[in-house]
Amino acid sequence: MTTTDRPTPSILLHVGVIMVLAGLWYVLPDYHRAVFSRVMVLAVFAMGYGLLFGYTGLLSLGHAMFFSAGLYGAGMTMSMLGWNSLAGLGAGIACGAVLALVIGLLALRTTGVAFMIVTLMFAQVLYLTILYFNEYTGGDQGFSLRRAARQIGPFDMTDPATRYFAALVLFAAALAVMLYVVRSPRGRVLVAIRENEERVRMLGYDVFAAKLAAVVLSGALCAAAGATYAILFGYVGATFATIQYSILPLLWVLLGGAATVLGPLFGTLFMYYVVDITSNYTTAYLLFVGVALILLVLYFPKGVLGTVRERWLQWLP
Amino acid sequence: MAAVTPLLETRGLSCSFGGLRAVDRVDFTLPAGEIRAIIGPNGAGKTTFVSLVSGRIAPSSGSVVFEGEDITGLPAHRRVRKGIAYTFQITSIFPKLAVFDNVALSVQRALLHEGRLTAANLRQGAMDALERTGLAERAREISGNLAYGHQRLLEVAMGLALKPRLLILDEPTQGLSDGEIENFVMLVRRIAEDATVLLIEHNMPLVMELAQRITVFDRGRILAEGTPAEIRDDRAVQDAYLGASADA
Amino acid sequence: MAFGPHLLLALLEGLVSSAVLALTALGLSLVFGVMRIVNVAHGEFFMLGAVFAWWFSSMIAGSPALGFLLALVLAPLVVGAIALVAERLVLRRLEYDPEATIVATIGMLYIFEQLALMFYGPEARAVPAPFDFRVTLPWFGYSGYKLAVIAASVLVMLATWYVLTRTRIGLVMRATQYDRETAQAFGIPVGRVYAGVFALGAMLAALAAVLIVPIQQAHYLMGTDPLLLSFIVVIIGGLGSLRGTVLAAVLIGLTEGIVAVFFSPTLAKMLATLFVALVLVFRPQGLFGQAPR
Repeated sequence: MTTTDRPTPSILLHVGVIMVLAGLWYVLPDYHRAVFSRVMVLAVFAMGYGLLFGYTGLLSLGHAMFFSAGLYGAGMTMSMLGWNSLAGLGAGIACGAVLALVIGLLALRTTGVAFMIVTLMFAQVLYLTILYFNEYTGGDQGFSLRRAARQIGPFDMTDPATRYFAALVLFAAALAVMLYVVRSPRGRVLVAIRENEERVRMLGYDVFAAKLAAVVLSGALCAAAGATYAILFGYVGATFATIQYSILPLLWVLLGGAATVLGPLFGTLFMYYVVDITSNYTTAYLLFVGVALILLVLYFPKGVLGTVRERWLQWLP
Repeated sequence: MAAVTPLLETRGLSCSFGGLRAVDRVDFTLPAGEIRAIIGPNGAGKTTFVSLVSGRIAPSSGSVVFEGEDITGLPAHRRVRKGIAYTFQITSIFPKLAVFDNVALSVQRALLHEGRLTAANLRQGAMDALERTGLAERAREISGNLAYGHQRLLEVAMGLALKPRLLILDEPTQGLSDGEIENFVMLVRRIAEDATVLLIEHNMPLVMELAQRITVFDRGRILAEGTPAEIRDDRAVQDAYLGASADA
Repeated sequence: MAFGPHLLLALLEGLVSSAVLALTALGLSLVFGVMRIVNVAHGEFFMLGAVFAWWFSSMIAGSPALGFLLALVLAPLVVGAIALVAERLVLRRLEYDPEATIVATIGMLYIFEQLALMFYGPEARAVPAPFDFRVTLPWFGYSGYKLAVIAASVLVMLATWYVLTRTRIGLVMRATQYDRETAQAFGIPVGRVYAGVFALGAMLAALAAVLIVPIQQAHYLMGTDPLLLSFIVVIIGGLGSLRGTVLAAVLIGLTEGIVAVFFSPTLAKMLATLFVALVLVFRPQGLFGQAPR
């Protein structure tokens, strides 16, 4: 991260990415349009994860809980209380933020390996809670949202085109939030915490409060992705609360490049297609997830965009 | 001296690590505006003492009073906001960030609290601290790539940029060349115009030249305190320290 | 059945799970204690142990006892060898960085699990018990094999304890655990110790799995539960403390068995996991551990 002297190329790049994504709708065949809709939502999940892992240096193994807090927060208020999609989205984000606040207050008392295990366990508790209250949550099977509930004003989220552009709006909003945070003075404090926590404290910052704010914002972003996922794709299920969905965003962010704003999108897109293509040939497609994780930590710890930034584009946020 | 409230005062300050008393019931008083040096053999408890003052570690007993207020229970970051800045013995900067960003992190915290955080104020505050330490030309360099002497200066600049009432420098000249030390003396004198300086230092000529008063630590306690001339002539100090480790 | 015998049955079942859990968790604890790394793939070594046990025992048709014996010897050895290779190829190159190691062992978890799916398949398969002998109690008959599992586990734990405290190998391991740099300076081949400990940890998990397959079938996803339970045990017992690990394994195994008989297993797991997470937050040295030095 350099100072705020060169905003233009980075702003242009991100606006360009959004425009390319919008343009792709008119080029891509139907199948890939659907893939991109999903990938854009999941990339927001990855960006939320990356805010904590990449920028603040906190490695969580439990972010599935924030995604599912959004997923169930939106899904259950819509299906059981009859809330509309917009209220559901708000409820989902609120659930994620509140959960993140509570988890942050507890888990931030630990550091390093203990932080990883504690977050993993809290996520597992949420998963088991979802299973236990299967009367309300549908347990393993999950539940579907009615078509009528999945409307925002005049827009019908079951229509593929509306869905694609709704996903793009979410992605653009999350990108804007990330860019704002990363370039702001408070974002600089987060990076500084990652680099040298003790020094930040001795500059008079309340490190715990800063980390807690990062956890809450990260949780809210992931929950926004989860809530949007429920609304756009109409399915709410416990699979999204499993450990696997805590590990996937880590993989996406590692692949794309930790501490880059666009890395999560690249990572998510690439892994989605890897899994998509390999699962046509074998049921053991998760093998590639495992191989990718090991190769990344061994040979490519900075990810694709991290390496690009280091070699060529130092202004990349 | 008794009539005025001292800037810093510790009463019966102690700290033990697993039975070892690193700092043992220290009563210490520092009036505002002074340049005070703390000297003593290795393991005398100097760094532990200033860590207790800055709040990096918690005391086993005793209290720390800053500007008449008991701050013993305050966490380190709150003490920094009250005006106690600490620069680390082992250079502690943000090596992957630019020099400017390192100092900007110091400046922006105060600005954030005062609600005056604008790009212009931030820039001015940071460049001011960089100019005082002579690092202004290197503002854009990645701090981890700086020469060691410059990294030490950056460390001081980060402390300066906090605009402290009390600046604690823990062995600031360790590893610096003679020329750099000379510049450093001038820098500390300028800092002392508007802040009190507490300096841990092994370089005796430097201490004699710079400090107004000297406190000698030995085995966790204050052995002696006085002007440089008094300390030089003190028999106990000579026995415990000056004679024992002439190489320091 | 009356309450008393019911409780006795639950107690016995609990002891069997304790016995297997203690061995598995001992492996995880050993690796954490000496190498200071968390091995997320530990449950997969357990699974591989079970899968190889089935494979070896099915090579000898007709004699369950002989097949089981073969599995008991060979399965842990093969799993130990796999662990050794993984350690050399991956963990050593990461220089045992704690966070990178976790990510890498998550990768291993997927690789082992999916390879098992590809070559072993999605079926659950049983291994016949080496002997079929029932102990007759006044209220119910109980499997003699299950009692043998408890005895075997106690034996292996005693042997491990002996090796750690009374032999040169144990001394070298403890020295490495205490201070890696100093151990290296005193000429202890730290790299080889690490490799050996990692393999030993995996072998303990595999051994536990061989003991359990006659009771519980081998399946490619069976590693998840032992992993989580071992984590729980190691955390409650205090990270890196072997005595605490064994104590916690008995505690967790017993309560798990007893609770599962009387309550919903999901609720039991949920509360246990929450409890352990809170232990890690508020008492990181574990319930039986001492405060850090």
